[in-house]
Amino acid sequence: MKKSTLRHLGCFASILALTAAFGITTINDAAAQDKKVLRFIPHSGLRITDPIITTAFMSRNHGYMIYDTLFGVDEKMQPQPQMVEKYDVSGDKLTYTFTLRDGLKFHDGAPVTTTDVIASLQRWGKNDAMGQKLIAYTKEMKEVDAKTFQIILKEPYGLVIDSLAKPSSNVPFIMPKKMADTPANQNVPDEIGSGPYRMVKAEFQPGVKVVYEKNPDYKPRSEPPSYMAGGKVVKVDRVEWITMSDAQTAMNALIKGEVDIWEQPSFDLLPALKKEKDIEIRNLQPLGMNYMLRMNWLQPPLDNVKVRQAILHAVNQEDYLAAQVGDPDYYKVCPAMFGCATPLNTAEGAPKPSIETAKKLLKESGYKGEKIVIMAPTDLGSIAQLPLVSGPVLRSIGMNVDVQSMDWQTLVGRRAKMDPVDQGGWHIFHTAWGTADMMNPIANAGVKGLGKEGGFFGWTEDPVIEKLRDDYARETDPEKQKQIAAAVQKRAYEMVLYVPLGEYFQPSAVRKNVKGTLPSPAVVLWNIEKE
Amino acid sequence: MAAIPVMGVVAVFVFLLLRLSPGDPAAILAGDAATVENIAAIRADLGLDKPLPEQFVTWMGQLLQGDLGRSVFSKQPVTVLIGQRIEPTISLALMTLLFSVLVAVPMGIIAAWRQGGWLDRGIMALSVAGFSIPVFVLGYILIYFFSMKLDLLPVQGFASLSEGILPFLERITLPMVTLSFIYIALFARITRAAMLEVLGEDYIRTAHAKGLKENVVLVKHALRNAAIPIVSVIGIGFALMIGGVVVTETVFNIPGVGRLVVDAVLARDYPIIQGVILLFSGVYVLINLAIDVAYVLLDPRIRY
Repeated sequence: MKKSTLRHLGCFASILALTAAFGITTINDAAAQDKKVLRFIPHSGLRITDPIITTAFMSRNHGYMIYDTLFGVDEKMQPQPQMVEKYDVSGDKLTYTFTLRDGLKFHDGAPVTTTDVIASLQRWGKNDAMGQKLIAYTKEMKEVDAKTFQIILKEPYGLVIDSLAKPSSNVPFIMPKKMADTPANQNVPDEIGSGPYRMVKAEFQPGVKVVYEKNPDYKPRSEPPSYMAGGKVVKVDRVEWITMSDAQTAMNALIKGEVDIWEQPSFDLLPALKKEKDIEIRNLQPLGMNYMLRMNWLQPPLDNVKVRQAILHAVNQEDYLAAQVGDPDYYKVCPAMFGCATPLNTAEGAPKPSIETAKKLLKESGYKGEKIVIMAPTDLGSIAQLPLVSGPVLRSIGMNVDVQSMDWQTLVGRRAKMDPVDQGGWHIFHTAWGTADMMNPIANAGVKGLGKEGGFFGWTEDPVIEKLRDDYARETDPEKQKQIAAAVQKRAYEMVLYVPLGEYFQPSAVRKNVKGTLPSPAVVLWNIEKE
Repeated sequence: MAAIPVMGVVAVFVFLLLRLSPGDPAAILAGDAATVENIAAIRADLGLDKPLPEQFVTWMGQLLQGDLGRSVFSKQPVTVLIGQRIEPTISLALMTLLFSVLVAVPMGIIAAWRQGGWLDRGIMALSVAGFSIPVFVLGYILIYFFSMKLDLLPVQGFASLSEGILPFLERITLPMVTLSFIYIALFARITRAAMLEVLGEDYIRTAHAKGLKENVVLVKHALRNAAIPIVSVIGIGFALMIGGVVVTETVFNIPGVGRLVVDAVLARDYPIIQGVILLFSGVYVLINLAIDVAYVLLDPRIRY
């Protein structure tokens, strides 16, 4: 071999050795730093950073990272003070006095004051159903001093604390007044909260990546964490939300350790993930989600209660759950409109499925074969199978059904229309809500009877149910609240405000070295550390 | 100058197509449990309740001032969003182009030179395979072998050049190879066809008769004269790459403009869709201009 060739080889080998040595050192440093960075694949990309303007879960989850709340529910679904140090209720139940904890600061260093709190509650109350109800019963929200404020009611209202502890969209997050003064139909202009994390705005790429860093000024409570209550102790320095729209890529990235948690792996990939030695499947949202079938009361023949009852009796939840979820470990039949894992769980009013009864009811209704249009979103895997079950089910009882395929965004635009079906309207759509979003007659928009004025799509109108909802809101005794809730559900089934299609649980896939994940009604990323 | 009316027509077309398509960004923004009143308030705030001509005039007025508007959802300027996402797309497209040309042109030359032989047939068979295998299938296969089994390269993500040449190459290699298969197939076939046409010319026979080496005949005489159609296809291929990388971007989780526009279409984020389509049409116009300039450089007989 020539001398020059040997020299070149020697030089090359030296460069390789140096690179390897540098690489090893770099890898060791990187590994140590990596333990303090949590990489999380959320179920979708974050685009709307204002959790009050939208009910989207991504915005809610973002809210829990950077904002805090006056109260939070624990794992018994009981409200516990969070930003509030103490509170009391006057003997006549008309005045609630709240005192904030010491040391609460926004990310810009400004203290959290009652001015900020009241402005935030008023903004939240413009959009949220429970907030609107609370505001309707409120005579005044009054600042006593910088740490103490009062909610003074017009009449006793049983849901004051429950409203302030609402765990899911819209959550009453507390923002600085300068942000909370933004009209409720416009995005807030900044991301300043007092929560356990701060958003790193310079690294935010909407729909792609969100980065949070630990808030060094955050003072967690001393109690152990329990759902949205207790101490929110942050044990990592940085959290990265990395959107991955391809499920196979997300799975590979998790297996290889490029990410730590995958919030919602698709059900068909769970068996493969379970076989991976470094991955665990954990149920981090034990309250679950609920499928529903919603009918349009404005469009014949669904304006006829007997036709709706026929559909209700034809539905067997097991068919829907098997088609959409598949594995019985992850679903359960649940007739409770306020969730099977909540204090208001009841089967009151829920009929047993019966095709014969359904056919009989349809005949009694005088149904003449009018076409029923079911909107079927093909691009939303989480509910795409539901309309494909409804089509044959309704046909089996003698209905004339047209299942129309479309993307979810088209469906969302179309379901807001009150026009007749032949002018772009609709009869039936399906959706899924978190149990936390429907856990009482006020939060559950599906049991509203307000019709066209403030009702959910489908515009169910029923003064009887509205009276029952008001009774529930006024009632302060929890046992009596349960009875009224049961009555609401019974009426909702009688009039068929919607058809529950069962409950399912979306587990997360987590690398085994990630410890401290917490079950909760929404995604929470405090208490987590990496070994 | 023809670019301006072209882009004007594109602007009108994309505006109307979006506004007349089903879907409502206000309803999507408000969320699943929103009321009709919530949605109406948001629609008014976005100006979507105004008559179409008024919306168009407002948008054109902004456009003429270089303002592409703001995302309906994130409220960030479209120019900023495009700016965040353009580097991954351009990086991927340029690297793919470079790799494809470096591999495909020699392959095409060899195939033409050895027309009818086993090399020619082998290269053409590979070319058929390149056209036939879907990008996402190839991507998954490469990820399986090089990331999961051999642990040589990461599964996903993008690293900017500013983070260092090694991290950049580490993350761009698999997507580049994946995307290049179809373009290698295309460029190799076109190169082969163009070379075959030229290799039959008298001046090539003369070059051989003069005793020139084969590689000099092929590269200096034949390739130069076959370059026009090859350059055309490479230019069109590059334009297609810019607009067509979305599948590769999705499989490898690269935050490029392709994914930006697909996400925007699914969410009906009108300003982003309008802005990106205008950008793409501008890029196509520029690429065509570059091809025309390249013709002049390659063939002195061409004058405009």
